[in-house]
Amino acid sequence: MTTITVPRLPAGRTVRLGLSRIVNEVRAYFRQGDSVFFTFLFPLVMLTIFATAFSNQSFGTDASGNEVSAAAYYLPGMLAAGLLLSGLQNLAVDIATERSDGTLKRLAGTPLPVVSYFIGKIGQVLVTGAAQAALLLIVAGVLFGVALPTAVEAWFTFAWVFLLGVTTSAVLGIALSRLPRTGKSATAVVIPITLVLQFISGVYLSFSMLPEWLQNIANAFPLKWMAQGMRAVFLPENYESEEPGGTWNLIGVLIATSAWLVVGLVVCRLTFRWIRKDS
Amino acid sequence: MTKPPAAVSVRDLRKSYGKLNALDGVSFDIERGETFALLGPNGAGKSTAIEILEGYRDRSSGEATVLGTDPGRGGLAWKAQLGIVLQSTGESGNVTVHEQLTHFAGFYPNPRPVDEVIAAVGLETKEKTLIRKLSGGQRRRVDVALGIIGNPTLLFLDEPTTGFDPESRRQFWELIRSLKAEGTTILLTTHYLDEAANLGDRAGIIAGGRLIDIGTIDAIGGADARVPLVRWVDRGVRREQRTAEPATLVAALVRDYGGVELDALEVVRPSLEDIYLELVAAYEHPAPEPVEGPTPAPEPVEGPTPAPEPVEGQEPAERPAASTSSATDLSKENAR
Repeated sequence: MTTITVPRLPAGRTVRLGLSRIVNEVRAYFRQGDSVFFTFLFPLVMLTIFATAFSNQSFGTDASGNEVSAAAYYLPGMLAAGLLLSGLQNLAVDIATERSDGTLKRLAGTPLPVVSYFIGKIGQVLVTGAAQAALLLIVAGVLFGVALPTAVEAWFTFAWVFLLGVTTSAVLGIALSRLPRTGKSATAVVIPITLVLQFISGVYLSFSMLPEWLQNIANAFPLKWMAQGMRAVFLPENYESEEPGGTWNLIGVLIATSAWLVVGLVVCRLTFRWIRKDS
Repeated sequence: MTKPPAAVSVRDLRKSYGKLNALDGVSFDIERGETFALLGPNGAGKSTAIEILEGYRDRSSGEATVLGTDPGRGGLAWKAQLGIVLQSTGESGNVTVHEQLTHFAGFYPNPRPVDEVIAAVGLETKEKTLIRKLSGGQRRRVDVALGIIGNPTLLFLDEPTTGFDPESRRQFWELIRSLKAEGTTILLTTHYLDEAANLGDRAGIIAGGRLIDIGTIDAIGGADARVPLVRWVDRGVRREQRTAEPATLVAALVRDYGGVELDALEVVRPSLEDIYLELVAAYEHPAPEPVEGPTPAPEPVEGPTPAPEPVEGQEPAERPAASTSSATDLSKENAR
């Protein structure tokens, strides 16, 4: 009896196709008007509103007695919010939509590896998240005169908090994309989650003014730790005393965010399917 | 020499959703290089069958082999040999035609040239247009282009020409014929029976989850379903008669009318669509009386009309409603 041999595929194509996916994803992202506004520009819009609305308010002084402006005070929170929006909110809605509009079904019928698809999504979040952070820093520095840190250690902290935060957020977005039953309900399911997290994690409201029980809830989620990491980078040293336990606790930031990264990866591995079979 | 293994082989395929049997024991083979049309009403199980073969759905029981592989376990190398054109989807389409095809071409080890495929589906003037800005028919052509970009050995076409204008449909047929000529095996589902007749080598008809007939396009339904129909108008009265010997009947009519031309004479061979509708109707509403069809052959009322060949003589015992129902009844079936 003759048997049909299946020709093998060339090695290394998973990474090559992953890079090809990133290009495709980023291109499509910036052509989707609503995602550009609600995900990409949203933190910038909020920073602008806070910086102008609270321009006469006092946010304390640094060690040498200089006033800290509203823009400087809110910048770390907006950077952290950007991580959450570009990663979790963007991907959870995007992938849920792709699952219900047939995009995933089409891809499932091609020899595209699932890992390449993930590389494409996470890469898209890295690229758009970095562009968003750069835009926030430029606007804060140039338009609102925020003095950005000059120390190399500060930028090193920024780099790892950003990379770890944006990756964790992206992976959690992929994991959360299973939750909405349809693409249409995706924003209704996802946005309340990200909105509540932003309010209890020290993005819009100063974390130290929240009651302890709410702080404890926020401690269980990654956004609080990302925001804390960003504050460590951008706020004057004397603000460290206002943090819980009087410390930036960067080790805590590292541990909590990494733990969420691992949780996200496990959930993705266990639950991601191209399509809902037999539905 | 042994026969090469079939491209697709299905044995007693079953799929149930709870109590509903979407597929109730279907068996067929598709040979290499063959174009096989799977026909049937909506909800008959066509899409379930094709999606099992594409690897999208799991079967409840039975055997299925696609290019030598169990489709429930096909890996990436297996998928690289397939081309899949699903029923229409509603993707956001924020990439251009050219970008999308170039991107998908990269997934396959041996893709067709992108420009060649764009030309084959007639989208040269739209290649720099975002897919979301295309019309429904143009988007469908992108779907077809994406299905063939990987140079597939086996191509699945699930209602590929929905939304095409007649001209695009003819172009699409040419494209499929050229793929056939290159040896591509094709599994086609369509509601356009002329499309199935033009492209298919063989057809299978599914109704109620069962394969009710299978055969070459010019043999499906059996010889009896193909008995031609002669129509003419006799002094303002429409007449029609089924006969296996239409030329003899026409000659006899001309002779009996005294050598004059018959008004509105036509000899009609039942199309695949007529045969299909008869088969499906016979399956869904089995006629209790095998011999008495709904419209008996017209009785000659008066005049020199020759005694027609008794149509009942052609009647197959197992195909009750088939050959006695007239074309008029078929159009009623169609409208129902």
